[in-house]
Amino acid sequence: MRYVPNSDTDRRQMLAEIGVDSVEQLFSGIPEQLRLRRLLDLPKPLTEPELVEYFRVRAARNPVAATSFIGAGVYRHYIPIIIDALISRSEFYTAYTPYQAEIAQGTLQAIFEFQTYIAQLTGMDVANASLYDGSTGLAEAVLMAQRITKKNKFLIARTVHPEYRAVVATYARNLGLEIQLVDYSPDGRLDFAKLESQLGDNTAAVVVQSPNFFGTIENTHDISELAHGRGALSIVNICEAISLGILKPPGQDSSEQRTADIVVGEGQSLGVPPSFGGPHVGFLATRERYVRQMPGRLVGLGKDHSGRPGFVLTLSTREQHIRREKATSNICTNQSLCALMTTIYLATVGPKGLREICEQNILKTDYAAGQIAKRTKRRILFSAPRFNEFVVEADGDCPAGVPLARFYPELGNSVLLCVTETARRDEIDALVERLAS
Amino acid sequence: MSQPERTSTHISLNERLIFDEGSPGRRGFDLPALDVPDKAVSDVIDPGLLRDDIPGMPELSEVDVIRHFTRLSTYNYHIDLGLYPLGSCTMKYNPKINERMARLDGFALAHPYEPAERIQGALEIQKVLETCLAEISGMDAVTLQPAAGAHGELTGILMIRAYHESKGNPRRKILIPDSAHGTNPASAAISGYSVETVPSNKRGTVDVERLRQVVNADVAAIMITNPNTLGVFESDIAAVAELLHAHGALVYMDGANLNAMMGITRPGDFGVDVLHINLHKTFTTPHGGGGPGAGPVAVKRVLEPFLPSPVITTKPDGTYFFDDARPKSIGKVKGYNGQFGMHVRALCYILANGGEGLKEVSEVAVLNANYIRAKLRDAYALAYDSPTLHEVVFSDRLQARHDVHVWDIAKRLMDYGFHPPTVSFPLIVPGAIMIEPTETESRQEIDAFVDAMLAIAREAEERPELVKTAPHKTRIGRIDEAAAARKPVLRWKPEP
Repeated sequence: MRYVPNSDTDRRQMLAEIGVDSVEQLFSGIPEQLRLRRLLDLPKPLTEPELVEYFRVRAARNPVAATSFIGAGVYRHYIPIIIDALISRSEFYTAYTPYQAEIAQGTLQAIFEFQTYIAQLTGMDVANASLYDGSTGLAEAVLMAQRITKKNKFLIARTVHPEYRAVVATYARNLGLEIQLVDYSPDGRLDFAKLESQLGDNTAAVVVQSPNFFGTIENTHDISELAHGRGALSIVNICEAISLGILKPPGQDSSEQRTADIVVGEGQSLGVPPSFGGPHVGFLATRERYVRQMPGRLVGLGKDHSGRPGFVLTLSTREQHIRREKATSNICTNQSLCALMTTIYLATVGPKGLREICEQNILKTDYAAGQIAKRTKRRILFSAPRFNEFVVEADGDCPAGVPLARFYPELGNSVLLCVTETARRDEIDALVERLAS
Repeated sequence: MSQPERTSTHISLNERLIFDEGSPGRRGFDLPALDVPDKAVSDVIDPGLLRDDIPGMPELSEVDVIRHFTRLSTYNYHIDLGLYPLGSCTMKYNPKINERMARLDGFALAHPYEPAERIQGALEIQKVLETCLAEISGMDAVTLQPAAGAHGELTGILMIRAYHESKGNPRRKILIPDSAHGTNPASAAISGYSVETVPSNKRGTVDVERLRQVVNADVAAIMITNPNTLGVFESDIAAVAELLHAHGALVYMDGANLNAMMGITRPGDFGVDVLHINLHKTFTTPHGGGGPGAGPVAVKRVLEPFLPSPVITTKPDGTYFFDDARPKSIGKVKGYNGQFGMHVRALCYILANGGEGLKEVSEVAVLNANYIRAKLRDAYALAYDSPTLHEVVFSDRLQARHDVHVWDIAKRLMDYGFHPPTVSFPLIVPGAIMIEPTETESRQEIDAFVDAMLAIAREAEERPELVKTAPHKTRIGRIDEAAAARKPVLRWKPEP
């Protein structure tokens, strides 16, 4: 086998040095009745040319050439080529977790830079080294809020990504957490009055998403202030991280009363391909005072014995390999390589490029929604300001977007459309044509 | 934040943080001109919802970015450079074709919410991988949804809980051997169970007699690693499973060490009800400097109704679809259906090997580990004398006489050009040195590693200070981790 260097000759010599006659003897610790005495029933081995053919044929069965205006948590933005050039370096992608800091400074410094970028984007004090994805990140944020407040009731906006809510429900079910949903108002944002009436002194946290699942922008600062007024924490979930390049970050305001306690989300739109749903990259940012309640890895700055600065995994007494069942989370790994992609993306586009990309998302979305309203009989459902997604009433088949009935039965035939900077005007016009006919 | 200035040669160059690089006006990316009518964004969105500039975010050219990250990359050890003997981590060569295949447009750009007829290729990849993993592990059904090993553990334990609940009582506790990975108790706890530790016997395996005393109707399951973290096959595993099953409890297996047994023996054939499989260990998906991993979970028929939703199902016409009509499912554990990019890579590896190739993988992995065991057993104390499979655990007992400890040995190995083994784990071995070479190392590479270990053993006797102050040849020395944790600095900030 081409990935196994030692030849039969090597193996015979090694067996002789061990002092056994056959490899079979090395398995003597496995009781005979448990041995598999047949070959695994798998397809016969393929050579490299055959593998290339096998996967090319399957890849071609997923037509991806044209935009299909689908977002809903996974976004197609342009990905600068240098990202793949850099992460294809063996030094990054074939390295292990940086437990041995002296020979892993590259990974450690890159994660430290990721943590800084996420803190800057969200307006928070600190961010961790990344989590599996946005959905599990939100579940971790909920558990973190429970540890901080010692309260068990959570109010979650119905406009939070339905799959994220499902993951939170799975995590919460056996831990005595109570989850109440908060409905949305006719303009497509969280119903503020309902939130006010549902909030109680026993509420651990309010969870809201912005832009929300309908693409509308929530006023997270008013929501944070309301939550804090009743002694609850504010968790803001961001599925479309690129929006942080232009929208006011949940962690930034003149008064801390009006800022989130935890900003959690999905960084896929910052340089990571959709890849059929993963791997992506969750992030979690918070206030300095909650850092010891955070889940996941953290990289910190330290010094060696001669005073040279260097980076190291830190605060690991929160983690499972030290604390076992008392850890802040069972999470072990992060999504280092995807975090690196995000870091390179942000470095490449820079603050001005990021803002321009955001502006194009907003303006192209505004154009598409305007054209649909003007040129078709279909209604745009929600009036609140939007980033790069909006809901259209479809009345029958819609050639694009995500049908919402599966998640929101009351929205019937409506679809969620997404327009990013990658959608050309002629593609948008063609979509409008099809919706008009 | 103070960083030293750049010094002489590039190889030892101190690369500043990216936030200290660049200069206003530099650009690394140009966006095509806007092709719809231009407007002020503030005409579309209330300006109160918009942010000011992002303070401290650097402006860089494409060259700046390439140089910065290329330089950082040179500070890393990695598997393409040399042997990476981390026990229980299975650092093996990551075939290049896997990377190329996962990047095909049809996979990289596929969206999980496309209608089923537009994602048949992706669904087929996942279905075929499920089938292969079921055959390798001897189980009946597989979910690919969990993102990593620990996430697979959580998924498996939640399924065990759902199974017991369906019988009227979730039960209270999970039994875990003292040699287990730290994720095991953490995953049990997050599933709402209490944890009871089961001590190992003299051979380093689960003590069946002790187990017999603690198994009762409160026990939901045992979480067992096989071969265990000492590299020893749990030879009483069938009896353990029988005992647990007799009390209505289930057997969870941590599949971290599957690399030792492919085509040799199958968890499904020795009584395991549910296990997770680390694609980033056994099935060559790259570790990426700490993720992404992937942790599929395989189950026996009794647990199939509880699999995370959706599952991939085949219609009578042979097409695939996501089936989420699963009333007994534990629900979703992750958005969409797992780390698909890792699934492509793992399937590519399995198809490259076939049944014969995977058996050869396990045989050579075990051969290489036993070769190291034979070569080092005079210089380092074996933790247990039991026969070991794909990894071998020594202790620093002989070196500790000279006040040289496991971390010193680990750091000194860096001076010889190797990544250290896993150290201080498993917890049941004081000063543990856990070595797993994997099958992708040649005899020459292993001999060089053995020579380094033997040299360090001599140094520990003759020049202990040299070892205790190692590493000497790396860019930086040992970092004071306690100081770093006392006043954590977790981000760059602009100079005030």
